[in-house]
Amino acid sequence: MTMNTLIYDGTFEGLLTAVFEIYERKLYPVKLLKGEWRNSALFEEVIPIVTNEVRVNRVLRGLRKKLSAAGVQRLYISHMAEIAGEDCNVLGFIRHVFDSDQNIEEDYSNKYVMRLSEILKMVRREKHRMEAFVRFQKLNDGTFYAAIEPDFNVLPLLTKHFKSRYADQKWMIYDIKRKYGLYYDLHDTQFIEMGFDEMHKPVDVIAAYSEDECVYQNLWKNYFNSVNIVSRKNTRLHVRHIPRRYWRHLTEKI
Amino acid sequence: MNEDRITEKLNILADAAKYDVSCASSGSERKNKDKGLGNASNGICHSYTEDGRCVSLLKILLTNHCIFDCAYCVSRKNNDIKRAAFTVQEVVDLTINFYRRNYIEGLFLSSGIFKDADYTMERLVHVAKKLRTEHNFNGYIHLKSIPGASVELMREAGLYADRLSVNLEMPTEAGLKLLAPDKNRQDMIDPMHFLNKEIIRNTEEKKLFKNAPMFAPAGQSTQVIVGATSESDQQVLQSANYFYRNFNLKRVYYSGYVPVLADKRLPALNTTVPLVRENRLYQADWLMRFYGFHVNEIVNSQNPLLDLDIDPKLSWAIRNMQAFPIDINKADLQLILRVPGIGLLSAQKIVAARKFSGLGWEQLKKIGVAINRARYFITCKSNEFERRDLTGQNIKQFIMAQSQSKYIQNTQTQLKLF
Repeated sequence: MTMNTLIYDGTFEGLLTAVFEIYERKLYPVKLLKGEWRNSALFEEVIPIVTNEVRVNRVLRGLRKKLSAAGVQRLYISHMAEIAGEDCNVLGFIRHVFDSDQNIEEDYSNKYVMRLSEILKMVRREKHRMEAFVRFQKLNDGTFYAAIEPDFNVLPLLTKHFKSRYADQKWMIYDIKRKYGLYYDLHDTQFIEMGFDEMHKPVDVIAAYSEDECVYQNLWKNYFNSVNIVSRKNTRLHVRHIPRRYWRHLTEKI
Repeated sequence: MNEDRITEKLNILADAAKYDVSCASSGSERKNKDKGLGNASNGICHSYTEDGRCVSLLKILLTNHCIFDCAYCVSRKNNDIKRAAFTVQEVVDLTINFYRRNYIEGLFLSSGIFKDADYTMERLVHVAKKLRTEHNFNGYIHLKSIPGASVELMREAGLYADRLSVNLEMPTEAGLKLLAPDKNRQDMIDPMHFLNKEIIRNTEEKKLFKNAPMFAPAGQSTQVIVGATSESDQQVLQSANYFYRNFNLKRVYYSGYVPVLADKRLPALNTTVPLVRENRLYQADWLMRFYGFHVNEIVNSQNPLLDLDIDPKLSWAIRNMQAFPIDINKADLQLILRVPGIGLLSAQKIVAARKFSGLGWEQLKKIGVAINRARYFITCKSNEFERRDLTGQNIKQFIMAQSQSKYIQNTQTQLKLF
């Protein structure tokens, strides 16, 4: 059997189109790659997938029949997180869904179901960490700005939480790694991309802070140190709760 | 704003408040109202101190001036320390500005008793009222209810706060008499009674009228200090159980005594904090609340102390070998929860997954079961299982030989330091 390599655009819709193709042409075994298709000698048999709305909807209808609404949502999130090398597991899960007569969401002895539940756990933890570790800084125009560098693509998952919490202030959360941000203008949120590198040098950003920003940052650092109980020091636990890679954006750890 | 003065106050009053362990910010479903500021929902730990405790709330005292002289407390009257007091507005500003920057979930405000109970409580309530009514703040507010404060003030506190708590301080009345002669246990129990009644009444009211005002939606909690007096774990846990049952408490917190004062009634200043014991108490507390254990199964007159080497569930299991082995593919959830090495989530996953196919060791491991402990107590879809007729003591030795407790390691390094 030869390996069939499918190459798709990386979107969820693209993935579903690929699923359609696999069943339509009875492809097995398959390998899924993200990115643009280039005519390369590296792949002998490369099938480029062009996202097709009609096919997407057919597969989606099929998924909805066999999974609960929450199950479809979980599948979507697992893919959206963009964890490298997990596409084959997401695909494996979808195949298991279609190849079974009953709803397999809780079939944890199946390796794909188990893996998806692990992915979801990682993504949820990352989302929860971002809800905790975002540190807003107040800018001159009253906007509260925060930069993040999450391991997975979780910014879209943060919308609901921050929108319902900070309803009376303008804010922006910017994912430095993936170069896009989420902006709330007191009415609605939108995703935006900015050319930070050239237009705003770091110096300008500091100059753009509101007057009392520095005061409250210092007060917070002071508070953080005051509540520590030295005789109970437990660095291992501390670092397990706040892994070092998050420190650079935490006011109290800078 | 005088930055230096505020900083100094914050340092003093945060330092004095840090021995209150509660930092919970969950359990309240306060929604963001009219596009105001904040909401309270699942509870988020925004940071962690270097001792590994969660920082979720701005936890401060309004003042550390106090008319009482409790031996275990840093703020006691006769202790020669710096004193400070916030104004109501200062606390409000700090809370709002920390909250807007996503540092905190809300405020946990306690206080030393200055003048009298009512005078103190009135100021605590004033802070909460100002936050709610003037700033439309919907974040989490935890107020300490001051023993002896009037019923009217307590009721008002419940209208603005998400949680109220009275610290019992010592697990038994005798312990309290010894260390806090000015305090009276009944004064602590009265407000708990009152709040419990009000919370129940409010829940009933809510069922009838959707718009009935919330009253302390996150309930009440309390804290006991362990290791300052000689109570056994049995006494501590039985007292906790009593309060869970009779006062519908959401949580009882156990605070390992941190030596802060030299006093002949207290452990010496160089005593280490009983961290392992504290951890075991919390594990036992979880067994009572989530795993269906009765307090007498965990501690009783034959076993008044929790085993420090192993967790209380394992400890119970090896005392009750007649209950095992159980078949993971058939047993009720309640029984699976009693197996050492299987947690709440794993147990639920097992019960869900076994509908599809019988589970073997490999699957159990993937689900998250700690096989090295569970293997002595279960059978599954596999020919391999523990065939030897092991005693509880044997099993304890096997398990301890395989695993290195992080706590034992911890105490060893601490010993080297001294």
